[in-house]
Amino acid sequence: MERPPNRTAVTSEVDLESLERSLRRPRTLLSFTLSALTGLATFAALFPLFSVLYMLAKQGLAGLSLATLSELPPAAMAPGGGIGNAIVGTFVVVAIASVISVPLGILAAIYIVEFGPETRIAAAVRFAAKVLTGLPSILAGVFAFAVVVATTGEFSAPAGGVALALLMVPTVLLTAEEAIKRVPARMREAAIGMGATPTQVVTQVIVPTGAPAILTGVMLAVARAAGETAPLLFTALFSNYWMSTTHPLFLPKTMSDLMRPTASLAVLIYNFSGSPFDNQIALAWTAALVLVVIVLVFNVIGQSLAGRSSD
Amino acid sequence: MGPSPATANGHAFGAHEQMPDGTLIDCNINELHYGRFKAVRDVSLKVRKGTITAFIGPSGCGKSTVLRCLNRMNDLVRGFRLRGHVIFRGQDIYASKIDPVAVRRHIGMVFQQPNPFAMSIFRNVAFGLRLNRYKGSTQEKVESALKQAALWDEVKDKLRSSALALSGGQQQRLCIARAVATEPAVLLMDEPCSALDPIATRRIEELMLELKKKYTIAIVTHNLQQAKRLADTTAFLYVDTSAGGRTGYMVEYGPTNEIFDNPREEHTKQYIRGEFS
Amino acid sequence: MTPARAEAVREIFRPGGPADERTLLSTGSDISQAPSAGEVAADRFFRAATMAVAWFTVFLVFWVVLSIGRQALPSLRTYGVAFLTDTVWDANRNAFGILPAIVGTLYSSILGLVIGTIFGLAIAIFLSEKFLATGLDACLAFLGLADNAWFASLPSRLENLLRITIELLAAIPSVVYGLWGIFIVIPIIRPPANWLHAHLGWIPFFGTSLSGPGLLPASIVLAIMVLPTISAISRDALVAVPPKLREAAFGMGATRWEAILAIFLPTAATGIFGAVILGFGRALGETMALAMLAGNANVISWSLFSPANTLAALLANHFPEAGKPEVAALMYAALVLLAITLIVNIVGTLILQRAEAGLKGLR
Repeated sequence: MERPPNRTAVTSEVDLESLERSLRRPRTLLSFTLSALTGLATFAALFPLFSVLYMLAKQGLAGLSLATLSELPPAAMAPGGGIGNAIVGTFVVVAIASVISVPLGILAAIYIVEFGPETRIAAAVRFAAKVLTGLPSILAGVFAFAVVVATTGEFSAPAGGVALALLMVPTVLLTAEEAIKRVPARMREAAIGMGATPTQVVTQVIVPTGAPAILTGVMLAVARAAGETAPLLFTALFSNYWMSTTHPLFLPKTMSDLMRPTASLAVLIYNFSGSPFDNQIALAWTAALVLVVIVLVFNVIGQSLAGRSSD
Repeated sequence: MGPSPATANGHAFGAHEQMPDGTLIDCNINELHYGRFKAVRDVSLKVRKGTITAFIGPSGCGKSTVLRCLNRMNDLVRGFRLRGHVIFRGQDIYASKIDPVAVRRHIGMVFQQPNPFAMSIFRNVAFGLRLNRYKGSTQEKVESALKQAALWDEVKDKLRSSALALSGGQQQRLCIARAVATEPAVLLMDEPCSALDPIATRRIEELMLELKKKYTIAIVTHNLQQAKRLADTTAFLYVDTSAGGRTGYMVEYGPTNEIFDNPREEHTKQYIRGEFS
Repeated sequence: MTPARAEAVREIFRPGGPADERTLLSTGSDISQAPSAGEVAADRFFRAATMAVAWFTVFLVFWVVLSIGRQALPSLRTYGVAFLTDTVWDANRNAFGILPAIVGTLYSSILGLVIGTIFGLAIAIFLSEKFLATGLDACLAFLGLADNAWFASLPSRLENLLRITIELLAAIPSVVYGLWGIFIVIPIIRPPANWLHAHLGWIPFFGTSLSGPGLLPASIVLAIMVLPTISAISRDALVAVPPKLREAAFGMGATRWEAILAIFLPTAATGIFGAVILGFGRALGETMALAMLAGNANVISWSLFSPANTLAALLANHFPEAGKPEVAALMYAALVLLAITLIVNIVGTLILQRAEAGLKGLR
């Protein structure tokens, strides 16, 4: 008579202890250590941010006053003085850059989403925008130098504006593209069904609906542009004077006001950071504080617009 | 009065122009293709003034496709080709000299998913009036349109609030108001109730009986009861799989009571009896 | 079409029939109007304008390359390839060479990239795995507060706050980091650096003392500026790992980190690699922090504490005071920088596009 073949049990008794989680087990210990390390790295990365903010507050606030915000830069070791023209200059240059880059970016984005999607030119535009995103800011300055300064013969605010515009266009374009794509297709269909021309569909429905998200992109681009230094070194240079002494806010009134070297917060910080004189170094910190506040405000506005548009 | 403005191509659609038997749209489709796919063949029907014409049939039989031919919405699909004629006010709207944008100004559409714009209720309804450069009182027309859509009482105090905050049924009635604000010659409705709950559906069906007094309506529906209740004329479409593909075609077309009570074709009989839908 | 119908259609289209223009145009008005000639013209114009702008954007890339190239042309002819290998930059003698700058650019960028990638990747993992939120959830459970609505919402809100704060690192302008670097980073690392030089000076990396600006402080600040880019893109790549893979990994009993190291990182590898390349591109082009912290010295040295120079810093430091011959040489340097960064950025973009395409197959 045959005996049934020996069956070795496939499952031995499960060792319940091995199911417990314990730091003594190498796998768990390794996991825990790695988690701790990444946590440390993350919080370590925050340290520079807090250190910068702390220094800005400590060194920058000390020099902050109405006088500093409204006066011209002082000579070495001269008392008083301020960053007034640098603030105006930053505003003017960024405004020029926005006027150039925002329509360019938005119109191009409209084309690649609405009028010519899936064409080769759309893919080319997207690729070009991504390549331009990585363009070193100093080369944008060199470009504007070659194109504007060389032809007009002047270092000027518009030249600076052109350089910054080159840096802003990719951001505006790519975020506008996303914003337009997010507009629900059924709204587009409804507008077409009502007999709107393609342009009317874009201008009366698509762009108004996507406006908050587009604005986010614009705000972020402006924030970045305001902080750029290198491009301005090749284009707007610097100036220790107001653009116009007759305008109540010291804004330029005539073309010749505009077409000369212009101060900016970023270049002021760069120039004064290397100065051996304490009063200028102190102003550099104050200017840095003002600049960071401006940049953060635009960033926050941009982020909050982004939050709202996702409703 | 005075001459109505011409399209860029010099041809106009005048006020409710109709052929002697009251036909506003005379639709004859020989073949309709999306690229190499033959979606629809052999459809011949008329939309008559002041009536509701229903398109019924199982899924995929091309009812929406045919409806969308009437206001050239199919132009948006890549590879769309039509062999046939759709005569609206004496013009073949598929003639090369006709501007589809002009067609859509005269033939309105309400879609399956409510699709109000991201604007206030007022501006949604006023959208068509603005588009057509309406010179009269926009306020009055908006109010009139909202009343026709049976939405006025619910929104009259919040005309400036966002249309997206309305419920699904309200949004669909808003879309109807938006479509009728410009008094289109024909109103196309593509399964307008299928995304709505039964109560909202019922309200819109009542609405349509009122709208029929003023407008000409063509409606696609998969709800046979709805078609029977509302439509004067019905077209029944079915799917032809004989050639290996799925091509829609019109099986039968005529007065609703005949289609439902005394259909001639076998497919129609079976569909009505609910054997497949 | 039946003969009767054909006859009806012919009737419509005959001269004087219902479709005749004069018949139609004389009918009355209603609200619906065809688009006016103005609207149609505006439509055509707008569409053409957007297409023109789109083409211009592509043209812009070529224009940038061409205009910088044209500016550099005279120098290309004057100095030739020797420009790339000479080590002296002296405006007074009209002797220009950018080898130290090229070496400095690569050295500082690679160093900054290595540090930045280590931290950036760690942060990306920390954020994508939501360690903070998970840890806080565990704390809440331990403290018995998990049922409280306000406490329960805290972990995810703090997690979000953490992510936003890391992103803020990228918002600080480069020149401000430079300023901070001069007055905080250099003083802090100077003592340990000089200790290392004094005691381990035989190692090439510690070969010189740190007097002020130098390669290391510049690279540290560079790393801080580059890590948000690497962290953000890597995090996107990790988050894009399909849920199916996550379930499969954990279902097999892997610990969190076994899953991360063996499965998630390899899956996201292409995206992470693209992030690193783009981070490298950013580092190569970064100007101000290096102009202010590297020392503007045309020396080639292995030492981390030696002052150095980069192409971008060279441009920034010399241009404001440069006379015409020096400007011409600087344009040549700009062209070299453009070539390097263009290649790196194009490669990085292509890799990222492949990463996106690759993941689509996994879903």
